[in-house]
Amino acid sequence: MYEKNITSMHLDVLKEIGNIGAAHAATALSTLLNKKIDMKVPKVEMVSFDDMMDLAGGPENVVAGIYLRIEGDVTGSMFFILPVEQANQFIKALVQDSSLDFQTGEVSELGVSAMQELGNILSGSYLSALSDFTSLKIYPTVPALSVDMVGAIVSFGLVEVSHVSDYVIVIDTAITEENTLNGESVKGHFFLLPDPDSFEAIFTALGVH
Amino acid sequence: MIGTGQVVKVGIADMNTVKAPDTIRTSGLGSCVGVVLYDERSQTAGLVHVMLPDSSLGRTETINIAKFADTGIPAMIEQLKLEGVQPFRLRAKIAGGAQMFQFTSGKDTMRIGPRNVEAVKEYLKKYSIPIISEDTGGSSGRTIEFNPSTNLLNIRTVNQGVRDI
Repeated sequence: MYEKNITSMHLDVLKEIGNIGAAHAATALSTLLNKKIDMKVPKVEMVSFDDMMDLAGGPENVVAGIYLRIEGDVTGSMFFILPVEQANQFIKALVQDSSLDFQTGEVSELGVSAMQELGNILSGSYLSALSDFTSLKIYPTVPALSVDMVGAIVSFGLVEVSHVSDYVIVIDTAITEENTLNGESVKGHFFLLPDPDSFEAIFTALGVH
Repeated sequence: MIGTGQVVKVGIADMNTVKAPDTIRTSGLGSCVGVVLYDERSQTAGLVHVMLPDSSLGRTETINIAKFADTGIPAMIEQLKLEGVQPFRLRAKIAGGAQMFQFTSGKDTMRIGPRNVEAVKEYLKKYSIPIISEDTGGSSGRTIEFNPSTNLLNIRTVNQGVRDI
């Protein structure tokens, strides 16, 4: 099955894809918030479903998660995961509403749509960079937001891949905010989970076999 | 004695069994369904973390039986038999099957939570195991822990607190 046909060269190609996509998204986020946002070199790994939850802080870790499906030449799932405090900060800065708190569920409609719009902009810039690089048609669906346990959120994106495997190839990019006191700390993750049937399209588009 | 038991953890698409005073737990159920089968007399319980309704959806040569409702439930019954449990004594409590995201698209994958719940109920019925209580559907993630000493299933959610069923 697909886990056996992926070589380290393939993983490097996927890493480059994550690099290009996340760099664009980080730039978009920096511009929106007027802050310096950095990203780490993406990790591309084939992991078990349980390990996938651990990448995002463990199954019970409560996060703000934006999910969208990718349609087109490549299909898959994409997540933008933020710690709840970080989502609060970002959205407060965007909508100028200091009472907003995703933790208590007391989020105005404006707050929710701002968060969805943030997800829209970031995933849009990630995916359009990916599309330009590969010349593949990639259409993201409208993003949906959920503030809940990572396990509950991320497992939804594993449904497609779970039909064919117990492992998933994750293109994981951590985004960080520059912090003068403690260096930097991880503020969020982009997870790109191409459907198993989509890897061939990606590799063919990039001339890798 | 309270607090002497260990907590046995069950991962996604995984299963295990437990005897009192130990408890059994699975974390972060979304569209997945946690199926607890238990026997009051021997204070033994099993938990399956079901991810998909039917193994015919699988496209692999070897399947992980705990992943599907149709294979996970009979496999758990077998495992409990090995622990000395008589199948006719088994009772079930189930939780999960949420729809974490609301979409306008009617694609089948989007309804995976409700489909998992339907399949679990169908197979429990097939094996004549009564469902004593359930907390399914909705749009919240759940962490569940079953205590075979009390036969209570503890359910924790982020926004709706904690309750026992």
